[in-house]
Amino acid sequence: MNLIHQIFSMNMLLATLRMAIPLTLASIGGVICERSGIINLGVEGMMLSGAFGAVAGTYFTGSSLAGILFALLVGGLTGLLHAVLCIRFHTRQSVSGVGINILASGLTIVLCRAVWKRDGLSETVKQVPGISIPGLEKIPVIGRLFRGQSPYLYITVLIVIIAWFVMYRTNVGLRLRVIGDHPKAAEAAGVNVTKYRYVSVVLCGMLCGFAGSYLSIVQSNLFVKDMVAGRGYMALAATIFGGWNPAGSFLTALLFAFAQAIRINVSLNIPEQLLQMLPYVLTLLVLMGVGGRVRGPQASGDIKD
Amino acid sequence: MYAVEMKDIIKRFGSFTANNGITLLVKKGEIHCLLGENGAGKSTLMNILFGLYRQDSGEIRINGKSVENHSPLAASRMGLGMVHQHFMLVDALSVWENVVVGLEPGGFRIDRKESIRKVQELSDRYHFELNAEEQVGNLSVGMKQRVEILKTVYRGAEIIIMDEPTAVLSPPEVEQFLMILRDMRADGKTIIFITHKLKETLAVADRITVLRAGKSVSTIEAGNASARELAGMMVGHEVDLEIERPFNEAGGAVLSVEGLRLLPNAASTVSFDIREGEIFGIAGVEGNGQKQLEEMIMGLIKCREGRISVLGKDVTKLGTRKRRQLGIGYIPSDRLNRALLSSFSLEDNYLLGKQFSDNYVRHGIVRHKAVKEAAGTLMREYDVRAAGMDQAAGSLSGGNQQKLVVGREASDEPKLIIACQPVRGLDIGAIHYIHEILLKLRKEGKAILLISAELTDIQQLSDRIAVLYKGEILAARKNEDFTEEEIGLLIAGHREAV
Repeated sequence: MNLIHQIFSMNMLLATLRMAIPLTLASIGGVICERSGIINLGVEGMMLSGAFGAVAGTYFTGSSLAGILFALLVGGLTGLLHAVLCIRFHTRQSVSGVGINILASGLTIVLCRAVWKRDGLSETVKQVPGISIPGLEKIPVIGRLFRGQSPYLYITVLIVIIAWFVMYRTNVGLRLRVIGDHPKAAEAAGVNVTKYRYVSVVLCGMLCGFAGSYLSIVQSNLFVKDMVAGRGYMALAATIFGGWNPAGSFLTALLFAFAQAIRINVSLNIPEQLLQMLPYVLTLLVLMGVGGRVRGPQASGDIKD
Repeated sequence: MYAVEMKDIIKRFGSFTANNGITLLVKKGEIHCLLGENGAGKSTLMNILFGLYRQDSGEIRINGKSVENHSPLAASRMGLGMVHQHFMLVDALSVWENVVVGLEPGGFRIDRKESIRKVQELSDRYHFELNAEEQVGNLSVGMKQRVEILKTVYRGAEIIIMDEPTAVLSPPEVEQFLMILRDMRADGKTIIFITHKLKETLAVADRITVLRAGKSVSTIEAGNASARELAGMMVGHEVDLEIERPFNEAGGAVLSVEGLRLLPNAASTVSFDIREGEIFGIAGVEGNGQKQLEEMIMGLIKCREGRISVLGKDVTKLGTRKRRQLGIGYIPSDRLNRALLSSFSLEDNYLLGKQFSDNYVRHGIVRHKAVKEAAGTLMREYDVRAAGMDQAAGSLSGGNQQKLVVGREASDEPKLIIACQPVRGLDIGAIHYIHEILLKLRKEGKAILLISAELTDIQQLSDRIAVLYKGEILAARKNEDFTEEEIGLLIAGHREAV
């Protein structure tokens, strides 16, 4: 009984939501990017760049907002790099993506050294404070959802809704979905496919950067090397399992986050190492289960023309 | 007044001149057929008209207005629409979404109701019998084509270019398609119909322009034309459209197929025998289990239900190599992926499939001399025209590529030949040649399975014909016992025609 209480508690719900934030943001970025026909294996690296950018921005200006904006900028730039490599120079998309991961991992360590004279971590900076929503926070039980939570939580939910609406209710979304499946059809319909691709990949980079900033200046208060720790790949898995649909991504991210939350919030009589594996094993199982069945953008990864 | 005037169009790709001074005049409100073999320059000319390519010289006028700085966007603004040979449709989306994309009613937020209403209205006007909310992936090929036509009409096209529209249709679908063309003409649309099929041309065209080797041979009134004359203009010399299939005594069974399930949801399984000296033709539109039959016989995909035996030996569980060693020659339907390595030399391509033979490979080392000799003999015997043995297979014309494949597969005394779509994309001369070779192999006593989407192939060559529809053989009879109409109806799935 105690275990069930632990699992279905308000604490677990809040922990799940918090951990779902970076996964959701990055995986919606992945959705937008892949819908434009470009595979993005560089999510991990883009998130890492964002995490570093957020700390650096906060460190130099003392302002959390500047930190976040800087994370968006850095993330957007990694997105632009991926876009230029894939669209302008027709680099293999998987190579470019993995390259960005390696670049981000190495470059952030070098920059840590250059800025803070430290190996693989930064100095501590100001954290983004939580906010409370007046009125709503007074509601019994669920009031906790609106008390002292990070603004990222609400922004993320808003982004899920906006992304879904744009994807399925607007001309921009329809065009993007056509581009992912049949770029030539989109071109023949007068859509500027190249423009859509650049915008999508850069937007993906910005969302990943934003996700990364959550890890470094909300959940934590400093940058640590490789602090994304595979969440980028989990986000990619959420992109796929969610059927390249922002709402699906959100639900999958919640599932993965739930596994992470169990690890932290529930005391089980299982070796810690096994518990730590849980989110990753779950990701693998999910991908094995749906791998062949979900139908993604048909032309993703293929921009040979 | 002419809807389209293209004068002295020249277009070069490197050293190759695709259009060498072509003139095309299309009257308003007519169905104008652009007839020519593969490589005659039809598609290049139409791509220029639609603004996808820029001509090196020559003048284009649309509705009397001279066209400068052409682009697909400009073309569609001038009332031009193009239905491409390969559909530009997204299966995962609905009919209306496919139609309105790029020109959506309602601005940023799509007005869904209005979109559906408009698309449905257009479909009803031309009797397309489409449901605007249906997902495109669920439609048959013929219906998908109507969606493509709808796309052009929705964009206000008055002049519609159709690139080989009937290539993918079953005979009754072709009939319906020609009806649609007539309906559209009655509605005042101008139609340019690209094809290499004489029958359809004569059935529907008002005027015909014949292209050959990048030049316009002539433009004639359809009423004054005969199939023979048109074929002669396409090829450049008199052609024999008929081919004789003399009686041949069939021997014992070579290939036996029993209870094979081609498609998971097929209503029944497939069984047949093919005997020595016999051509067994599988008629039907592609996608009805042809690919599965081909690949199951060759052991390229597993067959989950049924048995295949070659010369009395059960091969169902054998791998492709073991099967080939029993004496199977294989002409795959996918020439450039399964039959040839396009960037490899002709010599290397000759070796493909013979790499286990002691004649050409000893102790793992290729005997280049032997391969070269054999390949040379083949090229002379089968009239493969190439600059030399080192030329890349991909640089040959389709006809010469196919001659190489057929020659290779017919060498080393096979007992059984699996010929899949053997004349796809070939010109009249090459088709005739491949037909003759297949009949020669038949005379030599080889058993031949002929899978072809071209009904003329099947009718001209087969001793017996089976019609494949949704993974099921609807009828199998002697060639003489079928009328052309019956086969056509069966191909479209009209079981009651039997």
